[in-house]
Amino acid sequence: MKTFARILMVLAGLLTASLFFLPMWRIDLVAPQYPDGLGMYIHIDHLEGVKPGDLKNIDILNHYVGMKPLPKPEDMWEFTVFPIVVGVMTVLAIVFALVGRPVLYLTWFVVMVVLGSLGLYDFYLWLYDYGTNLNPEAPIKLVDEYGNPMKYIPPLIGYKQLLNFEVYSYPAIGGVLLGIGILLSLIAFWLAYKTQVKHKIQLA
Amino acid sequence: MMRKWRHTVLVSAIALTVLHGCGPKKESAKKNGGALDKASIAERVYVPPGEWDEFYAFLSGGFSGQLSVHGLPSGRLFKIIPVFSVDAEKGWCFNEETKAMCMTSYGFIPWGDLHHPDISQTNGELDGRWVFVNENNTPRVARIDLRYFETVEIIEIPNSAGNHASAFVTENTEYVVANTRFAVPVPQRDMPINQMKGNFKGAATFIKVDPETGRMSIAFQVLLPGFNYDLAHPGRGKSHGWMFFTSYNTEEAHTMLEVNASQNDKDYIAAVNWKKIEEYVNNGGGKKMKVKAAHNIYDEKTQMARTEWITEVIVVDPREVPGAVYFLPTPKSPHGCDVDPSGEYIVGSGKLSADITIHSFSKMLKAIEEGKVVDTVYGIPVLDFNATLAGVVKNACLGPLHTEFDGKGYAYTSCFITSEVIKWKLGDWQVVDRHPVYYSVGHIMIPGGNSRKPFGKYLVAMNKITKDRFLPTGPELCQSAQLFDISGDKMVMLLDFPTMGEPHYAAGIPAEKVVDRVAKIYPLEENEHPYAAKSEDEVKIVRKGNEVHIYMTMIRSHFAPDNIEGIKVGDKVYFHVTNLEQDFDIPHGFAIIGANTAEVLVMPGQTETVVWEPKAPGVYPFYCTDFCSALHQEMQGYVRVSPADADVPMKITLDDKPIGEVIIE
Repeated sequence: MKTFARILMVLAGLLTASLFFLPMWRIDLVAPQYPDGLGMYIHIDHLEGVKPGDLKNIDILNHYVGMKPLPKPEDMWEFTVFPIVVGVMTVLAIVFALVGRPVLYLTWFVVMVVLGSLGLYDFYLWLYDYGTNLNPEAPIKLVDEYGNPMKYIPPLIGYKQLLNFEVYSYPAIGGVLLGIGILLSLIAFWLAYKTQVKHKIQLA
Repeated sequence: MMRKWRHTVLVSAIALTVLHGCGPKKESAKKNGGALDKASIAERVYVPPGEWDEFYAFLSGGFSGQLSVHGLPSGRLFKIIPVFSVDAEKGWCFNEETKAMCMTSYGFIPWGDLHHPDISQTNGELDGRWVFVNENNTPRVARIDLRYFETVEIIEIPNSAGNHASAFVTENTEYVVANTRFAVPVPQRDMPINQMKGNFKGAATFIKVDPETGRMSIAFQVLLPGFNYDLAHPGRGKSHGWMFFTSYNTEEAHTMLEVNASQNDKDYIAAVNWKKIEEYVNNGGGKKMKVKAAHNIYDEKTQMARTEWITEVIVVDPREVPGAVYFLPTPKSPHGCDVDPSGEYIVGSGKLSADITIHSFSKMLKAIEEGKVVDTVYGIPVLDFNATLAGVVKNACLGPLHTEFDGKGYAYTSCFITSEVIKWKLGDWQVVDRHPVYYSVGHIMIPGGNSRKPFGKYLVAMNKITKDRFLPTGPELCQSAQLFDISGDKMVMLLDFPTMGEPHYAAGIPAEKVVDRVAKIYPLEENEHPYAAKSEDEVKIVRKGNEVHIYMTMIRSHFAPDNIEGIKVGDKVYFHVTNLEQDFDIPHGFAIIGANTAEVLVMPGQTETVVWEPKAPGVYPFYCTDFCSALHQEMQGYVRVSPADADVPMKITLDDKPIGEVIIE
């Protein structure tokens, strides 16, 4: 059981490392005149169109209501820091697996949950800024039912209607794998902890 | 009493109106096949909103010089591709990029006469890469790339006049053929017309097609006797390596042909073993002849057309290549020359006859082997008619013209004089069905109907006369086409649809063989146009004396720059406009007041150029002509034009901020 827990922990690390290759998040925009869809993947270090040209087309649409262009890698500190965090956490997972102490697995799990939550919060702040910090000279200025400037905040997760677009925001494959990895670390802790307790009882 | 009488009159008037209203309706029901349920027929051509047709059909636009793209079974028109013709919608042959495409050895030709489309083949099956079409008047062959649905190459055929037996491809698209309808002196020279006989030639041109790029080059010209070569089709399967041409006017009449060219009981189908001639030429055979012909190439990277001049061709005297050319006697001025999917049967439709003559390829080989030569004409052996004959469709119809095949053992022939399409069985030569068409059908088309693998579901009849088929539009009418369902034993007429004038031949292909390869945009990173501005950072204005080049961009919803100053009367201003969009179906147009050349419509990622020569000082607007976005109306700008001797500095701006470099050379 101890070995199995170690394997799970290594897997947790490897699944985390998948973020170097696979996107964390995906945002899709759906409208009738975009039959092929329009969307973007959020990677830890850059944004990518679901199809070539999608980022450019999202920018063209957004500029009418005054939204800023989508960030380039150099525009956001997150794109520099996230790869470092992911790298460190991957290495830690493997080191912890080698050491094999249940408390370390739990520590890794807790740190990941905290980092993940912070990441999501940071993502929300960005979405909020992106959807509300609008160019005052935008050609199209809309107001909500109370007369306040319209907000174009995409959903953090799930679905939202923004003008003529249905916007969907969900974890992409990398994000899902990361989630599984975090879960695996908790299972690894649980298995290793049980084995340790059993071992102690046997010793007693 | 009086009232009652009035009442009766009124009732009678209504009755008359109703009766009168019924008359034409009844008649048209009869025309359309009568008993068949209209709703069930409608269902068979109905393509619901948003759904796609099953086939593409490329219909020649005849004297318009264009090619139209329709969907089948709906008959809907999708696109008109300019080929041998200037085109207002696309600026084709008007803008700086494409004007070289209309160049010939006779100079710039605004439009020609487009006849026969044929789709490229691999192993005898349609491969959906290119459509080849011929120009009859000033002999040329064009290639259309089905990734873009645009003409990418036009090659002029020297030593030819009336390029009618064209542009048919061999089964691996090794060659596209081009034979002359009008015999002419080769090379051209000043001589009395009435000395035509024996002195004119028919140059059968074989154009080599590069299997990767599609690029065409004239491989060789076979100088056949000076008859009129009408149509052609390649051998396939067992007869691959041969090309068959019908001929008329073997009388070599130079005047009053309707009588003088109809005297011989039989003219010939020329069977040309091109593999043998290819080998002869590869071994150094043939003579080089000096010529001048234009070869126009549209470079998809630079997005510019250029003309290269062909100065030499290899001509082959068929008498020097024994066994390369035979004549098969075929009754009554044969027009269509069609080869069945197996490659065994060569159908020659004697247009002045009621019979259809079918030759057998294997019997032809046997006749050659056994030396069944009945005559020699200008050194070409004429084979015994009975030795090559496979069969005759007796009393088929009047004026049989063209034959297509359904791949299920049946052939369909159009009959001009009796205005009908007949269906007959290969091998037993019996007519099994016939259906009237409206009116006077020329070509017919079954998708893949002249390949090893026809798709025998639909047949399109292209008619020469329209008359009363559609709402009248004055003396000049659209052309009429009719769609038939040929999947059953009997032909069922499904649809009338109008086409551009005049659809000679057409080519059809299942949409699935084409759609996946069709481009949606031109990727900006692949744009190598010498005057492209691939982002607003690359915008500039360059003056070279009186010539001013403005490198300009368009994106929803502005031009960059949109204010231009420092232009003077007497300048020749080139607007090189690049569409920065990379989104499917977001073209921008560019138009400026008083543009004598053209407006342009620029696809995403493309660059096009308009030349503008301002005549008087002033401030002139330009704008986007294609409704591109919610702020399309705002997509506009101004050019300031100063007197010729003014010293207003050159300035390009966007939002009152300088944008791009100002260069004076």
